[in-house]
Amino acid sequence: MRCLRVRYTKLGKIRFIGHRDVARIWERSLRKANIPVLYSQGFSPHPRISFGLALPTGFESEAEYVDVYLGEDFFLDAFDEKIIQENINKALPSGMDVLAIGIFPTSGDSLQEAVDACVWEVRVSGTSFEEFEVIRKKLFSSDSLSIERERKGKILVEDVRSQVHSMDITEDHIDGVTILTELGTKPRVLRPTDLLKRINSELRTIRVLRKEQLTLQGNQRIEPLSIELHPAAPAEVLA
Amino acid sequence: MSSLWVELEQFLNEIEKPARYIGGEDGMICPEHSPEKASWLLIYPDTYEIGLPNQGLQILYEILNERDDSVAERSYAPWVDMSREMRKRNIPLFSVDTHRPAEDFDILAFNLSAELVYTNLLECLDLSNVPLYSKDRNEGHPIVIAGGHCTYNPEPFADFIDLAVLGDGEEVVGEISEIFSQWKSEPQAEMNRKELLQKFAELPGVYVPSLYEATFSNGRLVSISPKAEKNIPNIVEKRTISDLGAWPYPKNQLVPLTEVVHDRLNVEIFRGCTRGCRFCQAGMITRPVRERPQEQVVSMVKKGLERTGYDEVSLTSLSSADFSGIENVVSEVMTQDGCSPVSLSLPSLRVDAFTVGTASQMQQARRTGLTFAPEAGTWRLRQVINKLISDDDLFGAVESAYSQGWRRVKLYFLIGLPTETDDDTLGIVRLAEKTLEIGRKYHKNPSVTVSVGGFVPKPDTPFQWFGQNTEEELLRKIYLLRDAAKKVKGLKLKWHDSRATVVEGILSRGDRRLAPVLEKVWKMGGVFQEWSEHFNVDLWKTSMDEEGLLIEDFSYRHRELDEVLPWDHLSAGLHKDFLWQDWRDALDNLGLEDCRWTPCYDCGACTGYGIEHVVASAVPPAGGSQGTGVSLIQENEIKVAISQPEKVNGLQVSGVNE
Repeated sequence: MRCLRVRYTKLGKIRFIGHRDVARIWERSLRKANIPVLYSQGFSPHPRISFGLALPTGFESEAEYVDVYLGEDFFLDAFDEKIIQENINKALPSGMDVLAIGIFPTSGDSLQEAVDACVWEVRVSGTSFEEFEVIRKKLFSSDSLSIERERKGKILVEDVRSQVHSMDITEDHIDGVTILTELGTKPRVLRPTDLLKRINSELRTIRVLRKEQLTLQGNQRIEPLSIELHPAAPAEVLA
Repeated sequence: MSSLWVELEQFLNEIEKPARYIGGEDGMICPEHSPEKASWLLIYPDTYEIGLPNQGLQILYEILNERDDSVAERSYAPWVDMSREMRKRNIPLFSVDTHRPAEDFDILAFNLSAELVYTNLLECLDLSNVPLYSKDRNEGHPIVIAGGHCTYNPEPFADFIDLAVLGDGEEVVGEISEIFSQWKSEPQAEMNRKELLQKFAELPGVYVPSLYEATFSNGRLVSISPKAEKNIPNIVEKRTISDLGAWPYPKNQLVPLTEVVHDRLNVEIFRGCTRGCRFCQAGMITRPVRERPQEQVVSMVKKGLERTGYDEVSLTSLSSADFSGIENVVSEVMTQDGCSPVSLSLPSLRVDAFTVGTASQMQQARRTGLTFAPEAGTWRLRQVINKLISDDDLFGAVESAYSQGWRRVKLYFLIGLPTETDDDTLGIVRLAEKTLEIGRKYHKNPSVTVSVGGFVPKPDTPFQWFGQNTEEELLRKIYLLRDAAKKVKGLKLKWHDSRATVVEGILSRGDRRLAPVLEKVWKMGGVFQEWSEHFNVDLWKTSMDEEGLLIEDFSYRHRELDEVLPWDHLSAGLHKDFLWQDWRDALDNLGLEDCRWTPCYDCGACTGYGIEHVVASAVPPAGGSQGTGVSLIQENEIKVAISQPEKVNGLQVSGVNE
């Protein structure tokens, strides 16, 4: 058994749908694209697909992942990655587009377990380049950063400082800045919005875009599916 | 044109379920507006999840957008957090398609299918910056239209709408568009708003309340008749399309991006029903039966599944197992090519004439629950309501369900029916007990969920003269059931809030005196009354008191034949003497066979409109026209109805007892 791993976007209006909605859209889109997904056994069989880390509703992304489990028959004679990709793209709603596609063995970690960090691009308002630079330096010069988080109805105080791997200003705007930040996902996901709110309650986030989901091995940052290694067919072919 | 999207996206993140407001469904149409086209905003005055799947709205959406003289977009009632934020930010009601403000449309058309949404109609008008009362609107305001089953008695909300449309909308929306687009293109001074309404009133099926005078005397309605204007009919007849095959809509059913109720492909296989259940308004007002041709059903299903990617299809109608040649359709649909399994569901009222053998075949992809609706606990009472299912019919159906792997069965009942005794009420628990007994033959822990709704008499039914059970009486019956159900292991009892039943009763048979009541309830925040978390009976009782109106008078008292009913000037085609005779028969415990295969009872639905029942089969289905007297177990096949739990609106307000 192997799986088809797809990297796709969630951009624009569709950012307002939830993770479960995305799953349902995939189930329907794969049927529309005539991809023979394996089904679980039992009284109420479900198609076997699994996702990377859930993206909070309202966030956009250029790095969403889904693994689609397929029987070996699928990879025989007529298998054509480009056609598959074209069909999936046609079936997906606007705002969700395939960026890369690849075939993987299913023996490894699930996507959710494998991802150690996410890279986020965040448009922040209510600050200036200079002010944010001070905030940023203060954050990196301190050893700890405690955040209150709710878990199963209890408020827990957790130190998330080590989950903030990097944070850089990439653009300067009249009313704020755009930053790029890599945040660890273990033991639990740290959302950029929660982090920013914690370090300065005046900050407001206008747009949050997930750029990468990464597996960390030593100094290596590995993408589940790199666009360079598994490029999507160019758009004109898709038309 | 103007879109509110830029303003909306600023705060949608802070709103519960923002996907309700973004549109983007597969099948969505973003029409090009132009000054000479009539622009319709089709509004379902409940949440997006409830409203989106509505087939009526989707049908009209496509028809209006196909026409040259009209365009249509959609809107749904914003949830309370959203409407609060919209008011704060001065954002009006908007369409989900292009996020265009409601006030920029020519026509606001509401689909009203349940009484408890009436205050949402007011909420949507207010959010649209449109005056609530029809009399306060001028040439610059949109025309407000109501359609849907509630328009068979539109009197409680008559003052808020400009027109109501009775019956099938497929043809009449075009006629309205034609008149409106002409009016738009001509110098409007030639015809003022009142003259325009008068012109609409001349269309068959269109009722313009402001052209009719309701007269009351001693707290009773004595007449509703046209004011002086010419060409206004004394009685407005409903619209009926004669050939469903000519209207294969929706062609592109909307596939939502977020979860909604009935989230599957829906193909309407026939309209109308002649089983004659006496409590059922839908069955009475949609006559005669008009079947869609079999080949069209099959092709709509196949194309629909391919286009949408759904793995579930529902063949919809009031009683889908009654469709001629249903077996053929089922087997054609189930054997279609394709790599993924498909489930089929047949919302149906029958518990008597379909093979459960096909049930497991029908539910390849996933098994949904089986719901049977005997409606009443004893055979005697089922004769009164003309739901002619014997105990053995039910047990046969249940047996085959359990034997084929279903462990949970749902049963649906009404309480507060005419002539009901406590023995009838307790018969519900006896049926459930026996059902569980059958289940134990096949499973260690079978379960039965019994849902109990309070009966609300509806206009245009034989029970329209019946005095509804009081709140206390319904509650007493619920407690009776609850106590009896406690002793039965595996029985889960759910019930509809009897206070909600009271309010439904007031509105169901109410008249124009209720307009200020609706306004008051709405002003006090009484929106989304069909949702238990928002329903508040005190708002209604207080408002009724303030208006000097008695619930007793609207709901609890029996009516006599000579009383003027608030819907006497509107006609669903049924003869009043037929309904009255059927009411008397009910009181005599007399059942009535399905008229598709027995001589005509002259109810009026066919003869009045010159339309025949369109039924492909000349013989009644196995089990007999009503399932009476015929053995249901033939050649090892057990007849049963397969249905989905459909009662979304009706059961939102409910209690649970495990």
